[in-house]
Amino acid sequence: MAPRSGVAEDADMKHTHRPIPGTPIFDGLRAARGYALNALCYSLNSASNRDALKADEEGYCSRFALTPEQREAVRSRNVTALLEAGGNIYYLAKLAGVYGLNVQDIGAQQTGMSVEAFRDKLRTAGTT
Amino acid sequence: MATIVGCVCTSHVPAIGGALARGLEQDAYWQPFFAGFPPVREWLGRVKPDVAVVFYNDHGLNFFLDNLPTFAVGAATEYRNEDEGWGIPALGSYPGSPALSWHIIESLVAADFDPASCQRMLVDHAFSIPMRLLWPDRATMPAATVPIAINTVQHPLPSPRRCYRLGQTVGRAIASYPEDLKVLVVGTGGLSHQLDGARAGHINREFDLMCMDKLVHDPAALIHYTVDDLVDVAGSQGVELMMWMAARAALGPRARCIHSNYHVPISNTAAGLLALEATGSVELA
Repeated sequence: MAPRSGVAEDADMKHTHRPIPGTPIFDGLRAARGYALNALCYSLNSASNRDALKADEEGYCSRFALTPEQREAVRSRNVTALLEAGGNIYYLAKLAGVYGLNVQDIGAQQTGMSVEAFRDKLRTAGTT
Repeated sequence: MATIVGCVCTSHVPAIGGALARGLEQDAYWQPFFAGFPPVREWLGRVKPDVAVVFYNDHGLNFFLDNLPTFAVGAATEYRNEDEGWGIPALGSYPGSPALSWHIIESLVAADFDPASCQRMLVDHAFSIPMRLLWPDRATMPAATVPIAINTVQHPLPSPRRCYRLGQTVGRAIASYPEDLKVLVVGTGGLSHQLDGARAGHINREFDLMCMDKLVHDPAALIHYTVDDLVDVAGSQGVELMMWMAARAALGPRARCIHSNYHVPISNTAAGLLALEATGSVELA
């Protein structure tokens, strides 16, 4: 793709992002909506908090003011639902890790592929 | 005066930390990635930089959404790597240079940049993994580091043009620092990858290779891309190319390629490595 001609400094005051299919943009409004969910994820940097979540998911989630949608998304272990609830992928990766899901697992989940097919897709991308 | 001796840009995928911890450098999956590093380490062993100035993006270790700076410069005596939630072993701490950090911050603000200054700052895998890849033996690591974090977590992100100018300004700051120091500039992240959404797994080999080529002799060609452009062509997290652009801009206009490597995939990412040696001086104007 060719760069567009020197428009970067002509500020677009509409603050809109060009829609890119299959690509959520984590902007301020989404970050505001997802604050509690991301705060839960951020807390998982601590091993003791990860243990607390594993020991008592309901109790741990109740420490954060999750919306019902966010609580349900955590329960579902579904990354598409977690993103929809305002989660940021970097923070969600910490939550996914607690449930033993790596980035290929969550890639497969979001694309509706098997993990093996998703890995194949990545390998193929290296040759074309 | 301080001199920038070169610039190394490399991917920083967390799984690299896992592979290092498990000693998988020769494993068939990992070998094509790790094979890129020995020539760069050999060059670094000859150049022996005293300081590493590292452009990287935090993924939720030091910064959360409550306080999220666009640009943040470390000004601490020490930077620790800590648990990020995945069970990758923490890689210890890195010595700082508050005097050089404050000189960079002063220079940035004088040039109309407005960075956050951080006297306490944890550095995540985007800092620690490249340091480990470049200096597996900590005894040979530069005696001081300056971490410079660029926000790629929450939009609006700074534009590629802005990141490039940030790098240019940091380069001029280093070149005007009165101590005789050899400085290596490091940019970490990328290349193309996308972790989130139905387009997860997006990789763009052609774009990555074009960027690696431009970064050697014509880095300014890349500043016309907008953030949306980069998300579109390189993937949501492919915007980390901006770390490479900032590091490359600090080096000054002329450079010679020492070594490069490109391998797909490492985890969900197209992994790149580019080591450049400065062949001209940074223009202070």
